[in-house]
Amino acid sequence: MSLLSIKNFAVEVDEKPILKGIDLEIGPGEVHAIMGPNGSGKSTLSYALAGRDGYEVTGGSVTFDGQDLLELDADERAREGLFLAFQYPVELPGVTNTTFLKHALNAKRKHQGLEELDALEFVKAVRKKAKELNMPDDMLKRAVNVGFSGGEKKRNETLQMAVLEPRMAILDETDSGLDIDALKVVSDGVNRLRDENRSFLVITHYQRLLDYIVPDHVHVLSAGRIVKSGDKSLALELEKSGYAEFVDAA
Amino acid sequence: MSSANAFVTDAKESARETAEQVGALGLDKYKYGFETDIEMEFAPKGVNEDIVRLISSKKEDPEWLLEWRLRAFSVWQDMPEPQWQKPHVPQIDYQDIYYYAAPKQTNKPQSLDEVDPKLLETYEKLGIPLKEQEVLAGVQGAPKVAVDAVFDSVSVATTYKKTLEAEGIVFCSISEAVHTHPELVKKYLGSVVPYSDNKHACLNSAVFTDGSFVYIPKGVRCPMELSTYFRINAENTGQFERTLIIADEGSYVSYLEGCTAPQRDENQLHAAVVELIALDDAEIKYSTVQNWYPGDEDGKGGIYNFVTKRAACRGKNSKVSWTQVETGSAITWKYPSCILQGDNSVGEFYSVAITNNRQEADTGTKMIHLGKNTRSRIISKGISAGRADQTYRGLVRVMPRADGARNFTQCDSLLIGGNCGAHTIPYIESRNPTAQLEHEATTSRISEDQLFYCLSRGLGEEEAIALIVNGFCKEVMQTLPMEFAVEAQKLIGISLEGSVG
Ligand SMILES: Nc1ncnc2c1ncn2[C@@H]1O[C@H](COP(=O)(O)OP(=O)(O)OP(=O)(O)O)[C@@H](O)[C@H]1O
Ligand SMILES: [Mg+2]
Repeated sequence: MSLLSIKNFAVEVDEKPILKGIDLEIGPGEVHAIMGPNGSGKSTLSYALAGRDGYEVTGGSVTFDGQDLLELDADERAREGLFLAFQYPVELPGVTNTTFLKHALNAKRKHQGLEELDALEFVKAVRKKAKELNMPDDMLKRAVNVGFSGGEKKRNETLQMAVLEPRMAILDETDSGLDIDALKVVSDGVNRLRDENRSFLVITHYQRLLDYIVPDHVHVLSAGRIVKSGDKSLALELEKSGYAEFVDAA
Repeated sequence: MSSANAFVTDAKESARETAEQVGALGLDKYKYGFETDIEMEFAPKGVNEDIVRLISSKKEDPEWLLEWRLRAFSVWQDMPEPQWQKPHVPQIDYQDIYYYAAPKQTNKPQSLDEVDPKLLETYEKLGIPLKEQEVLAGVQGAPKVAVDAVFDSVSVATTYKKTLEAEGIVFCSISEAVHTHPELVKKYLGSVVPYSDNKHACLNSAVFTDGSFVYIPKGVRCPMELSTYFRINAENTGQFERTLIIADEGSYVSYLEGCTAPQRDENQLHAAVVELIALDDAEIKYSTVQNWYPGDEDGKGGIYNFVTKRAACRGKNSKVSWTQVETGSAITWKYPSCILQGDNSVGEFYSVAITNNRQEADTGTKMIHLGKNTRSRIISKGISAGRADQTYRGLVRVMPRADGARNFTQCDSLLIGGNCGAHTIPYIESRNPTAQLEHEATTSRISEDQLFYCLSRGLGEEEAIALIVNGFCKEVMQTLPMEFAVEAQKLIGISLEGSVG
């Protein structure tokens, strides 16, 4: 059975139809990549799945591990194990990374009926994960994303994912803005999390990322529809020929 | 501040109702004639010269203090009500208030069952034990002193008292100090806030019955945060509280006032006076968490908090820091101020004011630069939610002699929802060309992006708002002593509950 099952999913923003019937089945442990031209609806899909206000579902259904995802509020979806790494991470002045992570993790643990983590244990665990992502400790004490460079913000999203250990992670252009070394570090971070139960939906413009995070399936999104699906060779094809074929088709 | 700066708002219906409601409390059965009841434990409603004399005699005041009270009273009678504030303050009927030991009131809740359930919910969230809830909610028959849950009662307090005595520190009620340290009280009482200062301070001077007195001797660094909690002999904090803190040369003290738990009180009007005096090289840090009952969602039953707080940095290199977290009261109206007399003296004001529902706050500070190279720093964070309204009003005045004076002011307002208001009114008066004055102000809203970002990480909406607001206030919260800061953070979340959705 699919972990995330998206059927004929249609979404409007400001009464403008953006997603026009998406079908996508993501099984446990699978990595799916979505590629597609600017404005084709990739971020819209990720926001709509994460439950953002203003993204009005006008048709179709989404189930997450068998339950109706669209019934849940954004925060409930997160606590159920859905994670979105933002294309444009948001700044939270005055809120330290550590505090933010602690609130997020404890919200989830509470939902799972677990005890809050002991402060010391928590800090240790977070430091370890930050180190794996090549993030200096002082970044944990800084306010969330405030004054972070583009690449640092993306690494910070990856850190949050590593700490929250979601069952389903959507990465919206997490590779954009990363230098070559950072791309490797972040990809390693994602790969470390890969296992037979955890699934990923990776949105990217660059085939290069998929050399590091090797996908099981690649889809092309154009004008709100998935117009082609294939294996990882599709990404290579796109790199050569571009989206012209699909833009016309759409 | 001149009447040109007066701001007039629409009459706030609910606030007026509060006045009427409080006025209508069924206390008329205590219609005792004053003459016959002079020996009773309470005086009748209203204020006149006889009442002032009664209070003075009950307190066994020395002659000079009685005279001081009487002078204050006679000035007060002719003083008009202030008109320049932003909140609409309903007409206060001064003859409808008890000034000395109000009789056991029939309208006191008989048990917690009769207390506003919202208030109880808050106590629950703050983890306050039942017995203390009764004290805070003013339940009939509850003990008189609220002891902070963290500090276990009498034995701890006694230990503290011994430590303080060993250092020569005086920490007692002001009525006690009048007898034990008359020379200090006489010298400093009213020396920072003269009785004629303003209508509320004037009334306070005439009728004050309680408050704290602190004296830190030369060169002594007070080894602990002083809090009214430790004053085991404290009576119920009255509505006309008077605090006097003197830090002698080279001394240091940190003083905590207030309580994070919302306190109910039948007294609608609170007009306290706080005077701080810092001599050469002395430092006073004064932190307040004010959480008087703001009334129900419509503002009914809330406290009016009109307090005059002022510090004199009298000595060279002296320093006073005011930190306040204001979340309570129906109407808050206060301007903790610093008079920077001594050369190189420093005044600081850090403020977080939160208004929700129908609350109103008009608060800020005054920094008066008299001495050379005096410096002041003002950080004000205002948060408005619901239908609340708040004003930051600050005055920075540099006098001709204050060469090299510097001020930095930063006022940030955060609005939650579309029905609240925030206003920033800075007055800057410089009469010295060498002064450097900087002012920054921002107004912002919690963005939808920030909220969604938090939600997408599993935080509930209220938790998200509390987190964002605490982040917004961080600079100020950091200046609070640790034990206060943790509670104050929680309090910020609680006071904003129901502000979204
Ligand atoms: N509030 C809005 N009102 C109108 N149109 C909107 C709104 N928000 C998004 N859109 C439109 O929806 C379309 C899809 O946007 P989306 O951000 O999902 O694209 P994307 O595939 O993520 O693009 P990119 O590769 O540039 O990140 C765009 O045409 C965008 O302009
Ligand atoms: Mg996008």
